[in-house]
Order: sequence, then structure tokens, then C-alpha cells
Amino acid sequence: MNRRHFNKLLAGIATGALAATFSISSAFAADPLKVGFVYVGPIGDHGWSYQHDQGRLSAEEYFGDKIETTYVENVAEGADAERVIRNLAKSGHELIFTTSFGFMNPTLKVAKQFPKVKFEHATGYKLSKNMGTYVSKTFEGRYVAGYVAAEMTETNKIGYIASFPIPEVIRDINTVQLALNKYNPEAELKIIWVNSWFDPGKEADAANAMMDQGVDVILQHTDSPAAMQAAERRGKYAVGQASDMSSFGPNAHLLSVIDEWSPHYIHQIQAVMDGTWESKAMVEGMKEGAIVVPSFNSAIPADVVANAEQIIADIKSGSLYPWVGPLKDNKGELKVAEGVALTFHELEQMDWYVEGINAEIPK
Amino acid sequence: MIKLEPRGERSKAMAYASPVFAFLLTVLTGVILFSSLGINPWHALVTLFYTPISDVYGLTELAVKATPILICAIGLSVVFKAQIWNIGAEGQLLMGALTGGVVALQLIDAEGFWVLPLVMISGVLGGMLWSGIAAFLKVHFNSNEILTTIMMNYIALNILLWGVHGPLKDPQGFNFPESAMFGDSALMPILIEGTRVHFGLALALLAVVAIWVLMSHSFIGFQIRVIGMDHGAARLSGFKGKHLTYLTMLISGGLAGLAGISEVAGPIGQLIPSVSPGYGYAAIIVAFLGRLNPFGIVLATFLMGLLYMGGEMAQIELGLPLALTNLFQGMLLFYLLACDVFINFRLRWSGPRKPASALRTEG
Repeated sequence: MNRRHFNKLLAGIATGALAATFSISSAFAADPLKVGFVYVGPIGDHGWSYQHDQGRLSAEEYFGDKIETTYVENVAEGADAERVIRNLAKSGHELIFTTSFGFMNPTLKVAKQFPKVKFEHATGYKLSKNMGTYVSKTFEGRYVAGYVAAEMTETNKIGYIASFPIPEVIRDINTVQLALNKYNPEAELKIIWVNSWFDPGKEADAANAMMDQGVDVILQHTDSPAAMQAAERRGKYAVGQASDMSSFGPNAHLLSVIDEWSPHYIHQIQAVMDGTWESKAMVEGMKEGAIVVPSFNSAIPADVVANAEQIIADIKSGSLYPWVGPLKDNKGELKVAEGVALTFHELEQMDWYVEGINAEIPK
Repeated sequence: MIKLEPRGERSKAMAYASPVFAFLLTVLTGVILFSSLGINPWHALVTLFYTPISDVYGLTELAVKATPILICAIGLSVVFKAQIWNIGAEGQLLMGALTGGVVALQLIDAEGFWVLPLVMISGVLGGMLWSGIAAFLKVHFNSNEILTTIMMNYIALNILLWGVHGPLKDPQGFNFPESAMFGDSALMPILIEGTRVHFGLALALLAVVAIWVLMSHSFIGFQIRVIGMDHGAARLSGFKGKHLTYLTMLISGGLAGLAGISEVAGPIGQLIPSVSPGYGYAAIIVAFLGRLNPFGIVLATFLMGLLYMGGEMAQIELGLPLALTNLFQGMLLFYLLACDVFINFRLRWSGPRKPASALRTEG
């Protein structure tokens, strides 16, 4: 604590009288660390921004009055983002999380202007001295979902509602196919691109179109619970994405793969408090508690649940990693040689479908 | 009993006083709102209207925010004077951004003074094309321009989305839905070193003066005003209503297009899905708040820009949700419309009592 106050005092003297008074007064009262969050959506979206805000709330609960958090929601990924991030930095926030890909360049610009403030940008690829990145290995959860889907499908047709053909989404589709190749090679993946992260209307249309074609398990890489609700109405199965969607389809809901940001936020806030924070590209998955599968539908047979839990345990321990060669693309070309494991960085640039996917990536 | 009574003649004083009353009523309602939320109303008002511009950076950011709104609103003042209700500034802005952006993307490696003017002119033409279609439909098929322009907003948005998700995507952008960054010679020069104030502001102010000259000191401006006040009289005087419809629509569309290209060639620097957070709609409020008068519009623009920035500040400083910004904008328009009633009407006590002149202040 002492060291932090000392740092603060130094920063205060450097940045002027106003900040100095702030840190002197802080010598009397416990001085909360101010942490800022910038969201692209409303916190009520029940998807991406909602999950980040849940993480913020957990951090608040964990640290109590040792921190003070601020969020700005619905920040357009255009000209406004830079000003919002800058204002947070200017108003004494020492750690700022910008939680959408489109905030990458604005965050970098502001980070250069505020070398004392720490910035963390979710899902991007640009780093600087005081700007780190964080992203979660959603594909780990996708593999578990792929396994359960492989076991639960009766028609051997599995639907996948996809957002944009960016590497992250393609990688996750591929991971599901890898699980299908291993556990149920008969099963076929049907992919529909809705070109949106959140569009309940389109997602529901996609889900219905798939079910009309005989799909009986629906996976999604979009944020709304519309597909879950559609599956519930028609007595099919679906897998929840990003947040726990069990309440939207009590019977349809096989499992949800949740983005759990709390451990990351708590860990990084602590690091700033301890003075150990450093800029790096953080990749977190099931092992770190960033990807969570909290529950399974009771309709799933006990042995399938047990296997799924074993897969989760193996992913956590590192004994299971789906991205090890030999792997071919869907045109038969060998992409990963036997025994070679793709790094996360390589996965981040994926632009090909694995063997077994009967489709083309939209260009 | 209080009764509304026609004044017989428009009250000039009230026409100017109405926006001021509307602003005061909005502030008053804000005070009540903040008090009931347990927030110090003075502190809240300072946060909303003063903190964002309490330093030079804030002032320059206000200018950045005001630029697109001002250009759109000044164009709308022309078409609204003619009593033609172009609600499509948003779509015209997006088309301007798109067409200008497409040209800029073809010229990424081009160098020379001619690149930016070419990009700008393409943007203006894009906006004119979009409003020109609505003008054509109005002139030849008597279609209601309110409906056609609103509908064309959505078409423009979807064309832009298709573009950035499809053919205009950055080839090196990992399939993320955004174009490549424009080349340096297609970007707006910065007017003040170290800020984001760009050449678009100069264009905006130029447009204000030009429109003022056109409307107040030219025969065409006279015709536009007459046609707005009395269509029949204008026809009897031999003014060509169709020509004026085209002219006013093309002026407002062209300026909206200019606003769009100024934004993407200015602070954004590339085509992205969210070019405008509703500048074209905000400009409608601004045009009326400014009494369709060029200098009134300048004041109203800065007020509107300040409201946007104050809304961000209120989230950072007071933890109030974004809805506050929308609430204040809505209240402002609502009170303005209410106060405008008193331009053509006055309040009178009915019954035996003498009319109290003090009631005028009710407005």
C-alpha cells in the first residue's frame, strides 16, 4: 500500500496541483483504485457486454471499497471511442479495459498519451508498453459442445449459427468439426452466416431454417438467445453462448459455454495494486477459469456427462489439445504435419476449414 | 380557465425565445430528475454542460463532434424552409461516406493534392444521389418524402454494411468487417496540431456562411422561403416548384454526404460499420432548435454536441446510464415543440377577468 501511495504522490506532483491534492487527501482515507470499462453494447444485451459487466461487478464485490469502477456503455467503435477512453484516463482511472475489437486503435492512441495509465484491450492484437491484450480460448468450450452434440444428435445434422468469417469464428467452427471427426464422423455440420453478433431476428430465422433441414442440435457463435428459444419451441437441442442461457430453453439447453471474465479482471486489478502489472498478450481458457461450462441438461445420459467432464479435466490439465496434426483442410491438403501443435497465434489467423466441413468460407 | 388563442401574427420575440425556454425547461426537469435520483443537481449539470469543455482538449473535441452535425443541419435548414421534410440526412450521410470512401480506397497509394478534393466531391455526389432519388419520387410520383427518405436511410445503412462485410473489407484485416485505412493524401488535414480538429470544421463554417448568403441574399433563397410559406402564391408568382424541390433536396443531400465523407476521411480514417451514431437524426433536432437560421444552428449544434459529450461524462463521473443523453435530447425537442405553440398562439384567461399579460412568460 505504501508504495502505491508513494507512486501516486509522484504522479500527482508530475501531473499538477489537482492530482496532488487528491493523493494527499488519499493519505487519510483508503484510496480506491479507479478502474474503467468501455463496452460496445448496452450492459443489458445478455451477451458480450453483459458478461464483461458481470466481471466488473464481481471485481467490485471482491475488492470492496479498495476499488472504484466506472463503465461507459454503448460506445460506438467510431470517432467517439477515443474521447471516451481519453476521458477515463484523464479522470484518474489507473486501469482501463476496452472490451471490443473496434477499440484497438483508439486504445493504442490514448495509451501513448497516458504512459502512467494501464490499458487492456480485449480480442485485439496490438500491444504497447502500457497496453496489454486479453482474449479467451473459446474453442476449448466449443470442443466440449462439439462432443456433446456428437452424442446427442439423432439426425446426424448439427447446425452452427456463425457471425462473421473472422479467424476466431472459423477456428471455433473447425474445433467443433474436430470433435465430430473424433466422436461421430457421420455427423454433418450445417453453417449459416448471419453477419451480426447480435440479431435475434436473423438468428431465429437461421435456427428455424436449420431445423427445417433436419438439424436437431444447434450451436451458435452469436450472442442472442433466439436460437435457444426456437429450439425449445420445436423440441430440439441447443448450446448456449457467452452467458448462461438455460433459462431461455429449459429443455433445449444442453449446456452453455460461458465467457467468465471475473478471474481476469480480479487478477489484473490485483496486479496493478501490487505494482506487478505488465503489458502482455494474455490468453486464458478453462484452466484459468475464463471458459466455464456450469451445468449439463439432465436429459444427457450420465456417461456422456462423465465423458464431457473428463474432456474438460483433460483440457485443463493440458493432456487434451485438439489442434495437433495431422490435420487436413476440407480440400484434402495437409495443413498441420503429424505431431505439430498449432500455437494460439497461428489459430488467430485461421482462414481454412478442416476436413469434414462441406462448405466454403465466405469471402 | 386558460385558453389558447391565435395571435393572428407570428410572434417574432417568441420565435427567438422559444429555444431558450425549451433549454431552461429541460434543465429544470433535469434538476428535478437528478434530485429525485439523489444526485446533487448542480454537480450533475456541471458534469453535463461544463466538464466536457473545461479544457482546451474538450473544446476541440466538441468541434470534432459538432462538425458532422453542423454540416447536416445547415443543409436541412434549406430544405425545411421550403417545407420539404427530408428525414434522410442519416442515409445521405452514409452514402456520402460510402461513395467517398470507395474512391479513397482506390487511391490508397496515390499521392497528390487532387486526391482529397476528388474524395470529397465523390462523397457530396453520393449524398446528392441519395436525396435526388427521393426528390425524383416526390416530383414525378408525388411520393411522400418523409416516408421515402426514412426508408432510404435503412437501404443506405445496409449497402454500407454489405460493403464493409464484403467487397470493401481490408484484404489484410483477417476478415474483420472494416476497410483498409485510407491513404494519407485522402485524409482531412488537421487544423490544430495535437488535436482531432480537421478541415471538415472549416468546410462546415463555410457552408454556414454560404447557406446564409443563399437564403438571405439571393433570389433563389427568396423563392425557397416563399414556396415554404405559401405554395400557391409561389406558383402564381411563376416559381418552379419542381426545380426548387430538386435544388433544396440536392443541397441538403450533398451537404449530408459531405458530413459523411468528412467523418470517414477525418477522425475515423476508414470505412467501418458504425460510421454515424445518428448524426443525421440529431441534425433534424438541431435544425429546428436553431430556428432554421444559420447562426442559430451553429449554437444549437454546439449544444447538441455538448449533450453527447456530457452524456459520456455523466457515465464516467456520476455512473448514470447512457439513456440520460437520449432523455435530455428528447426533452429538448419536446419542450421546443411545446414552446413553439406560443409563436402562433397565446394564453388567455377566458371569462370575465382581464387577460394578464404576465401569462406570456408561461411559454
